[in-house]
Amino acid sequence: MREDKGDFGITFMDLNELTIREAHAKLQSGEIFATELTQACLRRIEKIEPKIKAFLRTRGPEAMAEAEKVDLKIRTGEKIGILEGIPMALKDNLCTAGIITSSASKMLENYLPPYDATVVAKLKKAGAVFLGKTNLDEFAMGSSTENSAFQATHNPWNLDCVPGGSSGGSAAAVAADGCLYALGSDTGGSIRQPASFCGVVGLKPTYGRVSRYGLHAMASSLDQIGPITKTVEDCALVLNAISGEDSRDATAEARTVPDYTEFLSKNLRDLKIGVPQEYFIDGMEPEVREAVEKAIARLKALGAKIVPVNLPYTKYALAIYYILQPAEVSANLARYDGIRYGYAASGAKNLRDHYAKTRGKGFGAEVRRRIMLGTYVLSAGYYDAYYKKAQRTRAFVIRDFEKAFQKVDLLVSPVSPTVAFKIGEKTEDPLTMYLSDIFTVPINIAGVPALSLPCGFANDLPVGLQIIGPWWGEEQILQAGYQYERAEEWYKIKCKI
Amino acid sequence: MKLTKKQVEHIADLSRLATDEKEKARFANELSAILDYVSQLNQADTENIAATKVAGLINKTREDRVEKFGRENDLIAMAPEHQGGCVKTKAILE
Repeated sequence: MREDKGDFGITFMDLNELTIREAHAKLQSGEIFATELTQACLRRIEKIEPKIKAFLRTRGPEAMAEAEKVDLKIRTGEKIGILEGIPMALKDNLCTAGIITSSASKMLENYLPPYDATVVAKLKKAGAVFLGKTNLDEFAMGSSTENSAFQATHNPWNLDCVPGGSSGGSAAAVAADGCLYALGSDTGGSIRQPASFCGVVGLKPTYGRVSRYGLHAMASSLDQIGPITKTVEDCALVLNAISGEDSRDATAEARTVPDYTEFLSKNLRDLKIGVPQEYFIDGMEPEVREAVEKAIARLKALGAKIVPVNLPYTKYALAIYYILQPAEVSANLARYDGIRYGYAASGAKNLRDHYAKTRGKGFGAEVRRRIMLGTYVLSAGYYDAYYKKAQRTRAFVIRDFEKAFQKVDLLVSPVSPTVAFKIGEKTEDPLTMYLSDIFTVPINIAGVPALSLPCGFANDLPVGLQIIGPWWGEEQILQAGYQYERAEEWYKIKCKI
Repeated sequence: MKLTKKQVEHIADLSRLATDEKEKARFANELSAILDYVSQLNQADTENIAATKVAGLINKTREDRVEKFGRENDLIAMAPEHQGGCVKTKAILE
């Protein structure tokens, strides 16, 4: 935290730099008001937005009105909830009733959802102050946030670099202290990779932990919503609020939601952590490898037992992903037909022509590429060779994780083989862009949870450590992450923007 | 394997995506490169394995019960073209 001693020895600080836990304590004690906290975030956003372009739209006056309601409670000494009055941001593929939710696509440029996503309804109920919607790769398809139809977001650590993607706007906004936390979605690394590139904490929960109702569906067997925060404890607090069963998402499990903060302070002496050998490949940046190896040594020093493990089917994960994900994309995005809502092309001769014109113009190049790829692998004559083969191989990837978690409690790896790359560096070659997700896609394929958290720097850019757990193993992931974070405190180093 | 222009046209048609000549050539190259990459799956031995189930989830069903929605007009108003409480589409036949 940046602290300046004033003339009278009084400590001033920027309230927007607080964590959720810190801000809550100050709100509850009456030391600060929710309106001050919100004002600090809005001022910060105003200052940094011309440089980083993390937000697609903000809602200053409405956010201030929400904060005022919380202030009333603080004034009367009423007890407030942990997320009450805390300013946050939402990825723009999460439906917000009456507020444009565009998925950064021309197709939904003016789309006003008639309902809230379940996670949004839950956060509203928890008293969140909602600052605005953040940028993403169109329909969450990309690893750099350059595929947005509206703007490219810049990395707050180095404005020439990408923030990662697809939740690049959410990660950049949290890293630059424009908000205290944000939500993202993760289909193949879209929370973890931008969190890693921007030096913040991001969690992809177990498939089924968080309801996806109201999330613009991309690949339904892989999508999960999760928190992007400044610290691991904050991550646990947000996960507490958004998890749980939902009658509107048949995959949201009825399993009890524990208090994810409960085990954070437990030491690591009983934990066995596996290091998957397949995640330390040639072509990884040496500084990234070094930072991750140091982090593993730190976990060992904290008492965890470190053992090598093998996940032999890792080598097929990216190929499986780039068959199954486009296949599901082609089915999910069939709904955008220019008839019921969204963009509609003009001048079509007939219905079929209307579909083709609307979709041809409404979708950007990457989205069209994936729809075509998915249509191809599902088409007659190719279904068995691609789609069915990928589904079968997927079962082996799952088996890899099942076997590994019989031997160890957690796995650790890098989040990405590189730190943030330059804007424009990978836009010409889709396959090169896909390779930046090589360590994150196996996790979605298996449906297990994984955390990305800062573990140092390479070339003055943040490096992320990935902690992977077994299905429903969020508690131990967060425990290990918290203990590591407390020992190193990387989150205290702020980007200078 | 290299996709032909004709194959790209066929996939674009199945996908209901209008595509110009320049893009057809570009997509032919890009999609071929991606398909080459994913073809490495052919090396994986996948005999004796059942279909995938993620995270051990079991399909959930609920009672098929009618619920009153009550905001039909809001939904119809979202359509680019609508008239008299109905969504308008183009003709199927010319």
